[in-house]
Amino acid sequence: MALSNVLHAPAAGFNFDHAARNAELEGLFDAQIPKPVKTGTTIAGVVFKDGVVLGADTRATSSEVVADKMCSKIHYIAPNIYCCGAGTAADTEKTTELLSSNLTIFSLNSGRNPRVVMAVNILQEMLYRYHGQIGASLILGGVDCTGNHLYTVGPYGSVNTMPYLAMGSGDLAALGILEDGYKPDLELDKAKELVRAAIHAGVMNDLASGNNIDICVLTRGGVDHIRPYQVSQYKDKRKTKYKYGAGTTAVLTEKVVPVKLEVVEETVQRMDTA
Amino acid sequence: MLNGRRGFLKDSVPVAGLCPQGAYGIQDCLRSGFSSVKNELLPSHPLELSEKNFQPNKDKMNFSTLRNIQGLHAPLKLQMEYRAARQIQRLPFLPSSNLALDTLRGNDESIGFEDILCDPAQSEMMGEPHLMVEYNLGLL
Repeated sequence: MALSNVLHAPAAGFNFDHAARNAELEGLFDAQIPKPVKTGTTIAGVVFKDGVVLGADTRATSSEVVADKMCSKIHYIAPNIYCCGAGTAADTEKTTELLSSNLTIFSLNSGRNPRVVMAVNILQEMLYRYHGQIGASLILGGVDCTGNHLYTVGPYGSVNTMPYLAMGSGDLAALGILEDGYKPDLELDKAKELVRAAIHAGVMNDLASGNNIDICVLTRGGVDHIRPYQVSQYKDKRKTKYKYGAGTTAVLTEKVVPVKLEVVEETVQRMDTA
Repeated sequence: MLNGRRGFLKDSVPVAGLCPQGAYGIQDCLRSGFSSVKNELLPSHPLELSEKNFQPNKDKMNFSTLRNIQGLHAPLKLQMEYRAARQIQRLPFLPSSNLALDTLRGNDESIGFEDILCDPAQSEMMGEPHLMVEYNLGLL
């Protein structure tokens, strides 16, 4: 926008005015461009006998720095649908929030709980529209009137449905565990253990995944979001307070001088409290 | 009345260098700013064109499918309603609620990025009323 006047109201939605400028600046600044926070993640999901178990690690990275050690990657979509998100943290957050809002409006209008396929279709349309520029790889899991469902939606809008899925930078490690341990109609404990082991494999073998493991169990009866399910054994012991007690530093001498104050002037101003 | 000549499908980002919109066939620097052919020949972002035309393209596709299924009358009646609803607007420099148009399109039951980002009600730029009305009528 080079002008101080606009001839028509700016269109709502994404604004590409600075795209050309940003492309030019990228060449000038090289390494100092702020990198987006990625969730560089391991997320996994498994369908078991009574529902779906979703799991995720809790590390968010910004290039080589851990940006968030307790990041929440399992997002609420509907009372019966939860979604794990990998990719750019802001994109997964906003996309899942938009999806959740749309499904809430739908359930208020129709009086029904949304189906998982509806969530998947909305996501697919939205992500395909933006041709992969929104970097969000999501695993959606939910229980609705038609059964237990697990879907994955890629950043370009591709959809896959399988009884077990893993996404993110640690997906290969997690998938190995899932392929080995998955059986149809697992019990709840075995399913939780399988997902935990899969995320643990991602945490151990992928630099961008780490810290704690969160688990979310969705069944017809309700949702159990366990955060954290497994705490990392490498928790750092940082003191949160750095205040030193009195007497840590030895007092050598003490001199007390009282300050004499005398009243020079006194004015009274009435306050109007009417 | 206020649609003017600017309301048509945008097949491209306007190229100021090649087809200047000024009155005498040259770039009108005072009103449209400086031009740079490189910047305006290609869209600066891969999504710019597709986003600009997303709604018109979606409408075209939907109406053509509707025509094939139900016959010409169906899209004709719908487009008549859209045209009527589009005319219920305030002057260009004032914010219009577009309530009828939103209800027809089904936008009142969904939230997208256009509801969250770049809300025109909170735009930092002010439109000069006379210029905006003239632009809208195609007089500028």
